[in-house]
Amino acid sequence: MSVLVEKADLTLKYTAHYNEVKKVLFEESSEILNAHRNKAFQNFVLQGIPTRKNENYKYTNLQPSFTPDFQFIHQKKNQETDREEVFRCDVPDLSTNLAYVLNGWFEKEEIRNLPEGVIFDSLDKISKERPELLDNYGSIALTDDDPLVALNTAFARDGFFLYVPKNVVLEKPVQIINLLKNDANTFSTQRNFIKVESGARAQILLCDHTLNLNQYLSNSVTEIFVGDNAELEFYTLQNQHNQATNLNSVFIKQGRDSRATTHTASLHGGMVRNNLKFILDGENAESHLFGMAFMDKKQHVDNFTQVIHDKPNCMSNQLYKNVLDEKSTGAFSGRIHVVRDAQKTNAFQRNNNLLLTDEATMQTKPQLIIDADDVKCSHGATVGQIDEEALFYLRARGIDEDKARLMMMNAFTHEVVNEIKLEPLRDRIDELVDKRLKGELAHCHDCAYQCDC
Amino acid sequence: MLSIKNLYVSVEGMEILKGINLEVKPGEVHAIMGPNGSGKSTLANVLAGKEEYEVTAGEVIYQNEDLLEKSPEVRAKEGVFLSFQYPVEIPGVPMVNFLKSAVNEHRKHKGEKELTAGEFLKLMREKMDMVDMHPNLTNRSVNEGFSGGEKKKNEIFQMALLEPKLAILDETDSGLDIDALKTVAHGVNALRSPERAAIVVTHYQRLLDYIVPDFVHILYKGKIVKTAGKELALELEEKGYDWIKSENL
Repeated sequence: MSVLVEKADLTLKYTAHYNEVKKVLFEESSEILNAHRNKAFQNFVLQGIPTRKNENYKYTNLQPSFTPDFQFIHQKKNQETDREEVFRCDVPDLSTNLAYVLNGWFEKEEIRNLPEGVIFDSLDKISKERPELLDNYGSIALTDDDPLVALNTAFARDGFFLYVPKNVVLEKPVQIINLLKNDANTFSTQRNFIKVESGARAQILLCDHTLNLNQYLSNSVTEIFVGDNAELEFYTLQNQHNQATNLNSVFIKQGRDSRATTHTASLHGGMVRNNLKFILDGENAESHLFGMAFMDKKQHVDNFTQVIHDKPNCMSNQLYKNVLDEKSTGAFSGRIHVVRDAQKTNAFQRNNNLLLTDEATMQTKPQLIIDADDVKCSHGATVGQIDEEALFYLRARGIDEDKARLMMMNAFTHEVVNEIKLEPLRDRIDELVDKRLKGELAHCHDCAYQCDC
Repeated sequence: MLSIKNLYVSVEGMEILKGINLEVKPGEVHAIMGPNGSGKSTLANVLAGKEEYEVTAGEVIYQNEDLLEKSPEVRAKEGVFLSFQYPVEIPGVPMVNFLKSAVNEHRKHKGEKELTAGEFLKLMREKMDMVDMHPNLTNRSVNEGFSGGEKKKNEIFQMALLEPKLAILDETDSGLDIDALKTVAHGVNALRSPERAAIVVTHYQRLLDYIVPDFVHILYKGKIVKTAGKELALELEEKGYDWIKSENL
């Protein structure tokens, strides 16, 4: 009973806040964002902040993450951020178009020559100036399906917007650095929108960082539309401190003959939940979902994927690997849904986990819903320790135990790192993973904040 | 070089070695033969430093120092090499990285300069020819997808790279056809020198046609029950292990 009251209280707190700020939200936002707001909020109230009774959040208790008294940033502040911090995250040799999003608000940084017609800008701005580009806003991130999406849609103000017109190829990747930095505990809402039209190609790199030690909750939603015959690579590098909660929901809808790849690397973070949903909405579409996470202390990572095969002849492949140290915990739930007429579907899924201590735990749950009869689906999950025989073999050749362990851990995740097509990024991640495994990594560089809390 | 005195070893509470005594001097090759389950592999693994093996009594002195208190990596760097009976596959660890790390760890230990990538590759090619290793194999992960024979050749290849003082070959001949056996033996013989010694653990006399031992020891129920020259291997081949068993009832 008390749990119920607490749950209701927590949801009430957010309800009260919404009622307080909704005037400002409506006054300052675009019509298109406002059009979804009230309905989204009703859906949030109906669902509430998820508890573990919600089957989709069974392994992730978000209640403590929502408990602190947060400051919300519903209006853009003119806030200085240290440019060096932004560029620290720049991937060497990967000359990108760079922007950052500070506490949910878009800031242009260095946009070098983008091809004609490409728009890389603030969602707030574009939704006011070019609302026609956002006609399918809210069409795949459904507010009645998930309370985090509902809450995001209710509070949505800004984030990044990327539009790549028909047949345009982005030669350089677009990089967005998400920064959390405020002088109080902060709740950040970020809403992103990406449209890659038919025949177009784009590579996007997202880096999530916290820049000081306040408590943060970031609730972001990204909707991505990949047109017919288009290609998208979407990389996410998560590196936040132990007092941060990173709720990251990404929805991707693909047209026929398209190809979309996501890489989600969780290097550091107190509480990380990645919701990733693919909708294969055209024949011969191909989806690749890669993920890896490195957790220690009491960190928690939960990757929740859904791949909906709506059309025949599509292929999807998922590979997630976690390395869990100390008392960290992890979860992976991978759902593959093949609808009735999606014949000749190929859908694969694998989740491998390496537990470095007896106290680390992992929950892994494949879920296959197959309503077609001519499909090929497979799934596999393993939870194991470092292979002692292999460790002894390396040591017996003169390699120190620590180094041998490191080689083994690197070997474990190498399969995922190898799938990164952007070579400079692959090298960078390789280096970051190595640093992370050596325990040297706090931020993506030798940054001043040793987030050891 | 190596002096094993009254060595008792248990695995999971079961006593496997029951008082082994063995003296190995530089330049010597010792063959250890014996039926299945007599403790041959246990002896090889204990010398390399495998942790599951518990030494309950006795001592092992290697180059005037207590070998048993050293970690496997230190033993390796001081010249003890175990050619594994079942070399393990390590997916994701590239052969070249592994070999280069091993060689350079050895060099650091000896106070020598580490090899650059170029220098290492040159050394690697040289040694690969010696054991007739297919160059493609070094592009793979450690032992991954290697055939049984390739795995054994890979062990001898590593031995050639690391140039140990004391090589312990644990049934390196098992699963090898006659050509591979000759290649492996050639690799071992090439390393023979007055400063180096080898312990060759084997079931069969066959390997000893190619690697001619100075001494043959017969291990039975955790003890060395017979020691003689190379002719003992032939006698054993002829009479079979039942001969030993009946003598030691």
